[in-house]
Amino acid sequence: MSLLEVKDLHVHYGVIEALKGVSIKVEPGQIVTLIGANGAGKTSLMHAISGIVKKTEGEIIFKDKSIFKSNAAHIVADGLVQVPEGRHVFPGLSVYENLMMGAYLRKDKKNLQDDLNKIYERFPILEKRKNQDASTLSGGEQQMLAMGRALMARPTLLLLDEPSMGLAPILVKEIFSIISDIQKGGTTILLVEQNARMALSIADYAYVLETGKVVLEGPAKELANSTEVQEAYLGGSAKK
Amino acid sequence: MSQFLQQVVNGLSLGSIYALVALGYTMVYGIIKLINFAHGDIYMIGAYTAFFVTTYLGMSFIPALLVCMIVCGILGVGIERIAYKPLRKAPRITALITAIGVSYVIEYTMQFFMGTSVKTYPKMLPDISWQIGAVKISYIQMVIFTVTIVLMVLLTFIIHKTKIGRAMRAVSADENGAKLMGISVDNTISITFLIGSALAGAAGMLVGLYYNSASPLMGMVPGLKAFVAAVFGGIGSIPGALVGGLFIGVAETMVVAYGSSLYRDAIVYIILIIVLIVKPAGLFGKNEREKV
Ligand SMILES: Nc1ncnc2c1ncn2[C@@H]1O[C@H](COP(=O)(O)OP(=O)(O)O)[C@@H](O)[C@H]1O
Ligand SMILES: [Mg+2]
Repeated sequence: MSLLEVKDLHVHYGVIEALKGVSIKVEPGQIVTLIGANGAGKTSLMHAISGIVKKTEGEIIFKDKSIFKSNAAHIVADGLVQVPEGRHVFPGLSVYENLMMGAYLRKDKKNLQDDLNKIYERFPILEKRKNQDASTLSGGEQQMLAMGRALMARPTLLLLDEPSMGLAPILVKEIFSIISDIQKGGTTILLVEQNARMALSIADYAYVLETGKVVLEGPAKELANSTEVQEAYLGGSAKK
Repeated sequence: MSQFLQQVVNGLSLGSIYALVALGYTMVYGIIKLINFAHGDIYMIGAYTAFFVTTYLGMSFIPALLVCMIVCGILGVGIERIAYKPLRKAPRITALITAIGVSYVIEYTMQFFMGTSVKTYPKMLPDISWQIGAVKISYIQMVIFTVTIVLMVLLTFIIHKTKIGRAMRAVSADENGAKLMGISVDNTISITFLIGSALAGAAGMLVGLYYNSASPLMGMVPGLKAFVAAVFGGIGSIPGALVGGLFIGVAETMVVAYGSSLYRDAIVYIILIIVLIVKPAGLFGKNEREKV
């Protein structure tokens, strides 16, 4: 049974149709990546899944239940948590407070400190900066904070929208290795990326989105070697 | 000199009241970017509530204060739900005009039921005053300081140390980010109105006792001054509202004492104009331009 299944999803912004019937599946334990150019509708799909954008048509099943009509809070409580494009950490709140916002809906108070310690282990820089205003962090640190904050919600499925955006190559590598680690820790991941090469290298399965439609899908290794993907997203011709 | 210090004390008591009202402006602005022009009228309702519960129910000070805060808090939430929530996605000017409309509705509803005559309070507080050096502090002034300090400490605690306070700050900082953490934006906005309006209710009661009067239009001018105080401190900033309120209170009192009471209201606008020219974001404001 898939952990997440999106069926024939449509999203409109006024007259603009951003998603024109998108269907994807995410199997438990996998990293599934969604690649596509700017404006393809990746963020719209993420927002639709998380319940912060209105959907016109379709179905979304998470853990065998429809979340199509659920509000954002229910979806988070069910274990589907997003790290949005552009991080969206809370300026004016300390790093620690930002992390605690991730645990906003959690009832199990006694495990919080443990989880916080785990986050600090995974992102030592966050512990060093725990009392600092989140807005004073660098881009890479903010990305880590946004990821740590989402992990504080103990997600079953983590949505990552362009986590490598605007980061220096060395940080991009670090972020991707952290994503792999998170998967190894048992969290399923749906990863949106423009950095198709890196995304395909760590993903199990991939979808290519173009102007609101899935145009290609398959195991990540296969897509990485396909001529279309190489030409359109990996900036080169197929070399076998 | 002693005359001067006396005026400072008088100014600070008036300023405390402006500060309590300014907090509501600043909190609401911080979270939904709306200048709630009906806020001064909530303060007026606070003064009337105090009048009713003390005159007809014989309540003593603290129960009356709590009732004022609860009544005004609920009124604030009601206004938000009925008048502002449906307009959350509308252009900002629409909500602003609505706020002015709400203000008139409250003012003239009160005028209709209460008439335009000024209500006075039964005697509640003893006629004691304290002489500290050359400065005399009256009982009501002491009450104003105490209530203001207690409420400020409580507010600071709520905002910085509680989950709901963190949620309020998170929603002000990034609404979509907050939604993605599972925070209910609607509830958080309601709680902001609840707290801001309760503070205005407390201020209304205090000012009612200070001047021993309540009237339907009493919220207009102090409302504007508290708004100026919030802008002066940097709208959206809580310490800014406190400092702004105290400053405006002292400035106004000084002008009356040493200048002319003709200028008591003008000084506030002069301060506003100077702030807008010299430091548009206000004393504690973030330096981003906001169109109202
Ligand atoms: N809030 C919005 N209002 C109107 N149009 C939007 C909005 N958000 C996105 N769009 C449009 O929807 C399309 C898909 O955008 P988006 O989902 O952000 O793509 P991506 O994340 O792949 O870059 C684009 O044409 C974009 O301009
Ligand atoms: Mg995007």
